[in-house]
Amino acid sequence: MQKDDLLHYEDMSPGTVFPLGPKHVSAEDIIAFAMEYDAQPMHLDAEAGRNSILGGLAASGWHSCAMMMRMMADSYLLRTAAEGAPGVDFVKWRKPVLAGDVLAGETRVLDARESKSRPGVGIVSLRHELRNQSGDTVLESENPVLVRLRAAEAARP
Amino acid sequence: MIIDPVFEPGTRKELGSQVFTAEAIIDFARRFDPQRFHVDPEAAKDSIFGGLCASGWHTAATWMKLNLASNAIEAERARAEGRSLPEYGPSPGFRNLRWFKPVYAGDEIFYSRTIRGTRPLNSRPGWSILELTSEACDKDGELVMSFDSAALIKFPVAGGDTA
Repeated sequence: MQKDDLLHYEDMSPGTVFPLGPKHVSAEDIIAFAMEYDAQPMHLDAEAGRNSILGGLAASGWHSCAMMMRMMADSYLLRTAAEGAPGVDFVKWRKPVLAGDVLAGETRVLDARESKSRPGVGIVSLRHELRNQSGDTVLESENPVLVRLRAAEAARP
Repeated sequence: MIIDPVFEPGTRKELGSQVFTAEAIIDFARRFDPQRFHVDPEAAKDSIFGGLCASGWHTAATWMKLNLASNAIEAERARAEGRSLPEYGPSPGFRNLRWFKPVYAGDEIFYSRTIRGTRPLNSRPGWSILELTSEACDKDGELVMSFDSAALIKFPVAGGDTA
Protein backbone atom coordinates (compact mmCIF):
# COMPACT_ATOMS: atom_id res chain seq x y z
CA MET A 1 0.00 0.00 0.00
CA GLN A 2 1.32 3.43 -0.91
CA LYS A 3 1.62 5.91 1.94
CA ASP A 4 -0.84 8.21 0.17
CA ASP A 5 -3.54 5.53 0.43
CA LEU A 6 -3.34 5.48 4.21
CA LEU A 7 -5.77 7.31 6.42
CA HIS A 8 -3.99 10.06 8.32
CA TYR A 9 -4.82 12.39 11.19
CA GLU A 10 -6.53 14.74 8.74
CA ASP A 11 -8.98 11.95 7.78
CA MET A 12 -10.12 11.39 11.37
CA SER A 13 -11.99 14.54 12.28
CA PRO A 14 -14.49 14.42 15.17
CA GLY A 15 -17.73 12.72 14.14
CA THR A 16 -16.08 10.30 11.70
CA VAL A 17 -17.56 6.81 12.11
CA PHE A 18 -15.97 3.46 11.18
CA PRO A 19 -18.12 0.30 11.23
CA LEU A 20 -16.89 -2.72 13.26
CA GLY A 21 -17.70 -6.35 12.51
CA PRO A 22 -19.77 -8.38 12.05
CA LYS A 23 -17.82 -11.00 13.98
CA HIS A 24 -19.25 -14.44 14.76
CA VAL A 25 -18.08 -15.70 18.16
CA SER A 26 -17.71 -19.47 18.18
CA ALA A 27 -17.51 -21.76 21.20
CA GLU A 28 -14.15 -22.99 19.86
CA ASP A 29 -12.74 -19.44 19.80
CA ILE A 30 -13.99 -18.76 23.33
CA ILE A 31 -12.47 -21.96 24.71
CA ALA A 32 -9.16 -21.57 22.84
CA PHE A 33 -8.61 -18.05 24.22
CA ALA A 34 -9.68 -19.07 27.72
CA MET A 35 -7.33 -22.06 27.82
CA GLU A 36 -4.44 -19.70 27.17
CA TYR A 37 -5.36 -16.63 29.20
CA ASP A 38 -8.50 -16.97 31.32
CA ALA A 39 -9.12 -20.60 32.26
CA GLN A 40 -12.24 -20.13 34.39
CA PRO A 41 -15.11 -22.66 34.12
CA MET A 42 -17.65 -20.24 32.56
CA HIS A 43 -15.20 -19.60 29.68
CA LEU A 44 -14.32 -23.28 29.16
CA ASP A 45 -17.50 -25.29 29.61
CA ALA A 46 -21.09 -24.70 28.45
CA GLU A 47 -22.65 -26.36 31.50
CA ALA A 48 -20.50 -24.33 33.91
CA GLY A 49 -21.38 -21.22 31.94
CA ARG A 50 -25.13 -21.90 32.22
CA ASN A 51 -24.74 -22.33 35.98
CA SER A 52 -22.82 -19.05 36.34
CA ILE A 53 -24.05 -15.45 36.55
CA LEU A 54 -23.17 -15.16 32.85
CA GLY A 55 -25.81 -17.69 31.79
CA GLY A 56 -23.88 -19.58 29.12
CA LEU A 57 -20.46 -20.31 27.65
CA ALA A 58 -19.13 -16.74 27.78
CA ALA A 59 -16.06 -15.13 26.26
CA SER A 60 -13.39 -13.83 28.63
CA GLY A 61 -13.63 -10.05 28.84
CA TRP A 62 -10.02 -9.91 27.61
CA HIS A 63 -11.06 -12.01 24.63
CA SER A 64 -13.84 -9.51 23.88
CA CYS A 65 -11.23 -6.75 23.96
CA ALA A 66 -8.94 -8.73 21.64
CA MET A 67 -11.84 -9.37 19.24
CA MET A 68 -12.68 -5.66 19.29
CA MET A 69 -9.03 -4.94 18.48
CA ARG A 70 -9.21 -7.27 15.48
CA MET A 71 -12.43 -5.62 14.27
CA MET A 72 -10.75 -2.20 14.56
CA ALA A 73 -7.68 -3.45 12.65
CA ASP A 74 -9.81 -4.93 9.86
CA SER A 75 -12.08 -1.89 9.62
CA TYR A 76 -9.58 0.98 9.59
CA LEU A 77 -6.36 0.59 11.60
CA LEU A 78 -4.48 -1.50 9.04
CA ARG A 79 -5.07 1.27 6.47
CA THR A 80 -4.27 4.07 8.90
CA ALA A 81 -0.90 5.72 9.59
CA ALA A 82 -1.39 4.65 13.20
CA GLU A 83 1.47 4.47 15.71
CA GLY A 84 -0.17 2.58 18.56
CA ALA A 85 -2.16 3.65 21.60
CA PRO A 86 -0.89 4.93 24.96
CA GLY A 87 -3.75 3.20 26.78
CA VAL A 88 -7.48 2.75 27.22
CA ASP A 89 -9.56 5.16 29.29
CA PHE A 90 -12.12 2.48 30.11
CA VAL A 91 -13.70 -0.77 29.02
CA LYS A 92 -17.18 -1.61 30.28
CA TRP A 93 -18.26 -5.23 29.84
CA ARG A 94 -21.99 -4.47 29.77
CA LYS A 95 -23.35 -7.93 29.00
CA PRO A 96 -21.84 -11.37 28.51
CA VAL A 97 -20.57 -12.28 25.03
CA LEU A 98 -21.91 -15.80 24.53
CA ALA A 99 -21.04 -18.59 22.10
CA GLY A 100 -22.99 -18.05 18.87
CA ASP A 101 -23.21 -14.27 19.27
CA VAL A 102 -22.57 -12.04 16.28
CA LEU A 103 -20.90 -8.79 17.32
CA ALA A 104 -21.02 -5.54 15.38
CA GLY A 105 -20.75 -1.88 16.20
CA GLU A 106 -18.69 1.16 15.41
CA THR A 107 -15.80 3.41 16.32
CA ARG A 108 -16.60 7.12 16.50
CA VAL A 109 -13.96 9.86 16.57
CA LEU A 110 -14.65 12.05 19.60
CA ASP A 111 -11.74 14.47 19.43
CA ALA A 112 -8.48 15.06 17.58
CA ARG A 113 -5.51 17.25 18.46
CA GLU A 114 -1.89 17.53 17.44
CA SER A 115 0.67 16.17 19.89
CA LYS A 116 2.83 18.80 21.57
CA SER A 117 5.57 16.34 22.50
CA ARG A 118 5.67 14.51 19.15
CA PRO A 119 5.69 16.80 16.11
CA GLY A 120 3.94 15.28 13.10
CA VAL A 121 1.69 13.06 15.20
CA GLY A 122 -1.91 13.61 16.25
CA ILE A 123 -3.84 12.16 19.19
CA VAL A 124 -7.26 10.91 18.10
CA SER A 125 -9.79 10.05 20.83
CA LEU A 126 -12.01 7.13 19.87
CA ARG A 127 -15.20 5.70 21.30
CA HIS A 128 -16.05 2.08 20.51
CA GLU A 129 -19.30 0.22 21.00
CA LEU A 130 -20.07 -3.44 20.26
CA ARG A 131 -23.57 -4.91 20.23
CA ASN A 132 -24.82 -8.47 19.89
CA GLN A 133 -27.38 -9.77 17.37
CA SER A 134 -30.23 -8.65 19.69
CA GLY A 135 -28.96 -5.09 19.67
CA ASP A 136 -27.78 -5.24 23.29
CA THR A 137 -24.58 -3.32 23.98
CA VAL A 138 -21.97 -5.79 25.22
CA LEU A 139 -18.86 -3.61 25.30
CA GLU A 140 -18.13 0.12 25.49
CA SER A 141 -14.69 1.64 25.45
CA GLU A 142 -12.80 4.86 24.82
CA ASN A 143 -9.15 5.30 24.02
CA PRO A 144 -6.66 7.61 22.34
CA VAL A 145 -4.61 6.47 19.36
CA LEU A 146 -1.58 8.13 17.76
CA VAL A 147 -1.91 8.89 14.05
CA ARG A 148 0.66 10.58 11.80
CA LEU A 149 -0.20 13.87 10.08
CA ARG A 150 -0.32 13.79 6.29
CA ALA A 151 0.85 17.41 6.30
CA ALA A 152 4.01 16.47 8.20
CA GLU A 153 4.81 13.63 5.79
CA ALA A 154 4.29 15.89 2.77
CA ALA A 155 6.77 18.36 4.30
CA ARG A 156 9.42 15.65 4.79
CA PRO A 157 12.45 16.04 2.49
CA MET B 1 -18.50 -10.32 57.46
CA ILE B 2 -14.99 -11.72 57.78
CA ILE B 3 -12.51 -10.22 55.36
CA ASP B 4 -9.52 -12.37 54.56
CA PRO B 5 -6.37 -10.30 55.30
CA VAL B 6 -5.37 -11.00 51.70
CA PHE B 7 -8.14 -8.56 50.69
CA GLU B 8 -7.20 -5.66 52.99
CA PRO B 9 -6.67 -2.38 51.11
CA GLY B 10 -3.02 -1.87 50.22
CA THR B 11 -2.17 -5.57 50.10
CA ARG B 12 0.12 -6.14 47.13
CA LYS B 13 0.66 -9.52 45.56
CA GLU B 14 3.39 -10.46 43.10
CA LEU B 15 1.91 -12.65 40.36
CA GLY B 16 5.08 -13.93 38.70
CA SER B 17 6.59 -13.14 35.32
CA GLN B 18 6.28 -13.99 31.64
CA VAL B 19 8.89 -13.82 28.87
CA PHE B 20 7.42 -12.42 25.64
CA THR B 21 9.08 -14.31 22.80
CA ALA B 22 8.94 -13.01 19.24
CA GLU B 23 6.97 -16.13 18.31
CA ALA B 24 4.32 -15.54 20.97
CA ILE B 25 4.09 -11.82 20.14
CA ILE B 26 3.54 -12.58 16.45
CA ASP B 27 1.11 -15.45 17.13
CA PHE B 28 -1.14 -13.29 19.32
CA ALA B 29 -0.93 -10.34 16.95
CA ARG B 30 -1.78 -12.36 13.83
CA ARG B 31 -5.01 -13.42 15.52
CA PHE B 32 -6.04 -10.17 17.18
CA ASP B 33 -3.84 -7.16 16.41
CA PRO B 34 -1.97 -7.51 13.11
CA GLN B 35 -0.51 -3.99 13.05
CA ARG B 36 2.94 -4.00 11.43
CA PHE B 37 4.90 -3.34 14.63
CA HIS B 38 3.34 -6.47 16.24
CA VAL B 39 3.75 -8.92 13.33
CA ASP B 40 6.72 -7.80 11.23
CA PRO B 41 10.16 -7.25 12.86
CA GLU B 42 11.44 -5.39 9.76
CA ALA B 43 8.45 -3.06 9.40
CA ALA B 44 8.48 -2.46 13.17
CA LYS B 45 11.90 -0.74 12.83
CA ASP B 46 10.16 2.00 10.82
CA SER B 47 7.50 2.60 13.53
CA ILE B 48 7.87 4.87 16.54
CA PHE B 49 8.49 1.71 18.61
CA GLY B 50 11.65 0.91 16.67
CA GLY B 51 11.21 -2.86 16.96
CA LEU B 52 8.80 -5.76 17.25
CA CYS B 53 6.64 -5.31 20.36
CA ALA B 54 3.69 -7.07 21.94
CA SER B 55 0.10 -5.97 21.37
CA GLY B 56 -1.07 -4.16 24.50
CA TRP B 57 -3.91 -6.67 24.70
CA HIS B 58 -1.36 -9.49 24.80
CA THR B 59 0.38 -7.80 27.76
CA ALA B 60 -3.00 -7.31 29.47
CA ALA B 61 -4.36 -10.84 28.83
CA THR B 62 -1.13 -12.27 30.28
CA TRP B 63 -1.95 -10.41 33.54
CA MET B 64 -5.19 -12.43 33.71
CA LYS B 65 -3.32 -15.68 33.12
CA LEU B 66 -0.83 -15.00 35.92
CA ASN B 67 -3.57 -13.64 38.20
CA LEU B 68 -5.51 -16.92 37.87
CA ALA B 69 -2.38 -19.00 38.41
CA SER B 70 -1.69 -17.03 41.60
CA ASN B 71 -5.29 -17.50 42.79
CA ALA B 72 -4.99 -21.25 42.17
CA ILE B 73 -1.87 -21.45 44.37
CA GLU B 74 -3.65 -19.41 47.06
CA ALA B 75 -6.69 -21.73 46.83
CA GLU B 76 -4.50 -24.80 47.23
CA ARG B 77 -2.88 -23.29 50.33
CA ALA B 78 -6.27 -22.36 51.81
CA ARG B 79 -7.60 -25.88 51.25
CA ALA B 80 -4.53 -27.36 52.94
CA GLU B 81 -5.12 -25.08 55.93
CA GLY B 82 -8.86 -25.82 56.01
CA ARG B 83 -9.82 -22.19 55.28
CA SER B 84 -12.87 -21.21 53.22
CA LEU B 85 -12.25 -19.47 49.92
CA PRO B 86 -13.99 -16.54 48.30
CA GLU B 87 -15.83 -17.19 45.04
CA TYR B 88 -15.02 -14.94 42.10
CA GLY B 89 -17.68 -13.65 39.73
CA PRO B 90 -17.55 -11.61 36.53
CA SER B 91 -15.93 -8.20 36.16
CA PRO B 92 -17.82 -5.07 35.09
CA GLY B 93 -14.68 -3.72 33.40
CA PHE B 94 -11.57 -1.65 33.99
CA ARG B 95 -10.29 1.89 33.60
CA ASN B 96 -7.05 3.85 33.33
CA LEU B 97 -5.24 1.16 31.36
CA ARG B 98 -1.85 2.66 30.45
CA TRP B 99 0.81 1.16 28.24
CA PHE B 100 3.81 3.18 29.42
CA LYS B 101 6.57 1.40 27.47
CA PRO B 102 6.59 -1.13 24.65
CA VAL B 103 7.15 -4.80 25.56
CA TYR B 104 9.80 -5.96 23.09
CA ALA B 105 10.58 -9.50 21.95
CA GLY B 106 12.62 -11.23 24.66
CA ASP B 107 11.45 -8.97 27.51
CA GLU B 108 10.57 -10.60 30.83
CA ILE B 109 7.61 -8.82 32.42
CA PHE B 110 6.75 -9.01 36.13
CA TYR B 111 3.11 -8.63 37.19
CA SER B 112 1.48 -7.59 40.47
CA ARG B 113 -1.88 -6.56 41.84
CA THR B 114 -2.78 -4.35 44.79
CA ILE B 115 -6.12 -4.40 46.59
CA ARG B 116 -7.79 -0.96 46.61
CA GLY B 117 -10.86 -2.01 48.56
CA THR B 118 -14.04 -4.06 48.74
CA ARG B 119 -17.64 -2.95 49.16
CA PRO B 120 -20.81 -5.01 49.49
CA LEU B 121 -23.21 -4.92 46.53
CA ASN B 122 -26.78 -4.04 47.45
CA SER B 123 -28.04 -5.36 44.12
CA ARG B 124 -26.57 -8.85 44.69
CA PRO B 125 -26.77 -9.87 48.34
CA GLY B 126 -23.72 -11.87 49.43
CA TRP B 127 -21.54 -10.43 46.71
CA SER B 128 -19.02 -7.59 46.98
CA ILE B 129 -17.08 -5.55 44.47
CA LEU B 130 -13.33 -6.00 44.74
CA GLU B 131 -11.29 -3.11 43.35
CA LEU B 132 -7.71 -3.66 42.23
CA THR B 133 -4.81 -1.79 40.73
CA SER B 134 -2.54 -4.00 38.68
CA GLU B 135 0.93 -3.31 37.35
CA ALA B 136 3.44 -4.85 34.99
CA CYS B 137 7.15 -3.94 35.15
CA ASP B 138 10.22 -4.82 33.11
CA LYS B 139 13.38 -6.34 34.60
CA ASP B 140 14.64 -2.86 35.55
CA GLY B 141 11.48 -2.32 37.60
CA GLU B 142 10.10 0.26 35.15
CA LEU B 143 6.34 0.25 34.66
CA VAL B 144 5.20 -1.00 31.26
CA MET B 145 1.47 -1.24 32.05
CA SER B 146 -1.05 -0.49 34.79
CA PHE B 147 -4.83 -0.51 35.10
CA ASP B 148 -7.62 -0.29 37.67
CA SER B 149 -10.14 -3.12 37.55
CA ALA B 150 -13.04 -4.55 39.51
CA ALA B 151 -14.53 -8.00 40.00
CA LEU B 152 -17.46 -9.51 41.83
CA ILE B 153 -16.40 -11.57 44.83
CA LYS B 154 -18.37 -13.58 47.37
CA PHE B 155 -16.61 -13.93 50.71
CA PRO B 156 -17.27 -17.02 52.80
CA VAL B 157 -19.67 -16.36 55.66
CA ALA B 158 -18.63 -17.60 59.11
CA GLY B 159 -20.85 -20.40 60.46
CA GLY B 160 -23.27 -20.12 57.57
CA ASP B 161 -24.63 -16.88 59.04
CA THR B 162 -26.24 -14.97 56.19
CA ALA B 163 -26.58 -11.67 58.05
